[in-house]
Amino acid sequence: MKPEELLFAKTHEWVSIAEQGGAKVATVGISAFAVEALTDLVFIELPKVGSQVKPEQPFCEVESVKAVSDVYAPVAGEVIEVNKSLPDHLETLSSDPFGEGWIAKIKISDESNLAKLMDYKAYQKQCEEEGH
Amino acid sequence: MDDGTELLRTPLHGWHVAHGARMVDFAGWSMPVQYHSIVEEHLATRRAVGMFDISHMGRLIIDGPDAGQFLGSLLTRRIDDMTPGQVRYSLVCNEAGGVLDDVLVYQIQLPEGGLSGFGLVVNASNRTKIVSWLNEHRGGLNVGIDDKTAEYAMIAVQGPRAIEVLDAVSDYELTSLRYYHGVMTRVVSFRAFVSRTGYTGEDGCEIICDAADAAIIWARIMERAQEAGGGPVGLAARDTLRLEAGMPLYGHELSEQINPVQAGLSFAVNLRGREFVGREALVAAQADDQQPVRVGLQLDGKRPAREGSVILQADKPVGAVTSGTFSPTFERPIAMGYVKPTAASPGTPLAVDIRGQHHAARVVPMPFYQRGK
Repeated sequence: MKPEELLFAKTHEWVSIAEQGGAKVATVGISAFAVEALTDLVFIELPKVGSQVKPEQPFCEVESVKAVSDVYAPVAGEVIEVNKSLPDHLETLSSDPFGEGWIAKIKISDESNLAKLMDYKAYQKQCEEEGH
Repeated sequence: MDDGTELLRTPLHGWHVAHGARMVDFAGWSMPVQYHSIVEEHLATRRAVGMFDISHMGRLIIDGPDAGQFLGSLLTRRIDDMTPGQVRYSLVCNEAGGVLDDVLVYQIQLPEGGLSGFGLVVNASNRTKIVSWLNEHRGGLNVGIDDKTAEYAMIAVQGPRAIEVLDAVSDYELTSLRYYHGVMTRVVSFRAFVSRTGYTGEDGCEIICDAADAAIIWARIMERAQEAGGGPVGLAARDTLRLEAGMPLYGHELSEQINPVQAGLSFAVNLRGREFVGREALVAAQADDQQPVRVGLQLDGKRPAREGSVILQADKPVGAVTSGTFSPTFERPIAMGYVKPTAASPGTPLAVDIRGQHHAARVVPMPFYQRGK
């Protein structure tokens, strides 16, 4: 996935939206900028399939050598699939953050939060401001 | 990100920023927490050589005719038998035996008749407190107490290739320098005090030099360190290195609520034939077999425990984690904490509550890491 085709939350999650069986499904991951900032990732606690998530609420945890960080749900809905290969291949988060490094798929139940997400250009601007 | 405008800066601040370090507020100093990867910096120190700017540490000079008597009345460890150049680890305790700071004491005597007395290296976070404590306890003694932190810089060079790297730029034959001894010499042609000490579990030295000379000394040693497969190391990897080496960190394993006996630091407490602040409390602490004690923990799985995580035995709380990380050397989570003595024997199966989930752990002997001799 190219980052230009994705939406971003201000907490550094990316979202890709597709139609699946008449519903909108969001594939969610964390951005290359976030992975770079975290460095030395050692553990991920994936969300549970079937759990309901709310926008801007923690739904996944990643641990680096130094600290634990929450990953926030960018949309409302139900977790319908998680990337089971991630816990044993955390390097995927940095080698392919916008593709193979996806974390979960969420069946969207309420689209009202989508308007708060940024396009890649706006997100890049935010990263530049945070990055120095 | 905070650029550290109001924070204190070491003489190497510019170098860190120019080399991409992430700067953080550490005890009021703008310090490099990491340059790139914590794991790479950690492993470079274990395998080759790491360089650390530790200029934030407090450096005090205690001199005058009564300096030895004065320090002896405040340190848990005997210093009256120290020889020139010798360095010792000690605690400073309050009346209740709680640790005010852990320090390195240097016996300094310059042959040219200049400085004579003791150097005290204290934690950055405790510098003001210790300077006040010293002044409050000087009484009528003839002693000078000078905070020289800003006048000097301090650089640690640590790792299996540290001595080789330093020897090439030092006037003194460092291979002959004994562990926990120091010498006034020249490094990269500048006057510097070099001691065979460190906080990583590796061989190596710590260099105290004039602040004005620090940038050149740092850069010259860095060239050689990088040729040897090493490089700069930030505070994050300094923390993982000392944790693997089983060394306590003030504010985590040590505090005013913890005494040296329960911290496993009795080697740095000399009670016999001495009087010092906290002595009576430490005599009592030695007889107390109920107080929580410091242990090392190894956890199953990959998730690191963190400070504050509750330690359980058969589902009952028996203590708490004070430091935890993912060990880059062993590639598994390790931690230190305090537990009831009944849960402290090596091999004891325990669990750690990490964000509501119980992770299996067991007590292991410390240090976790010991370098090959």
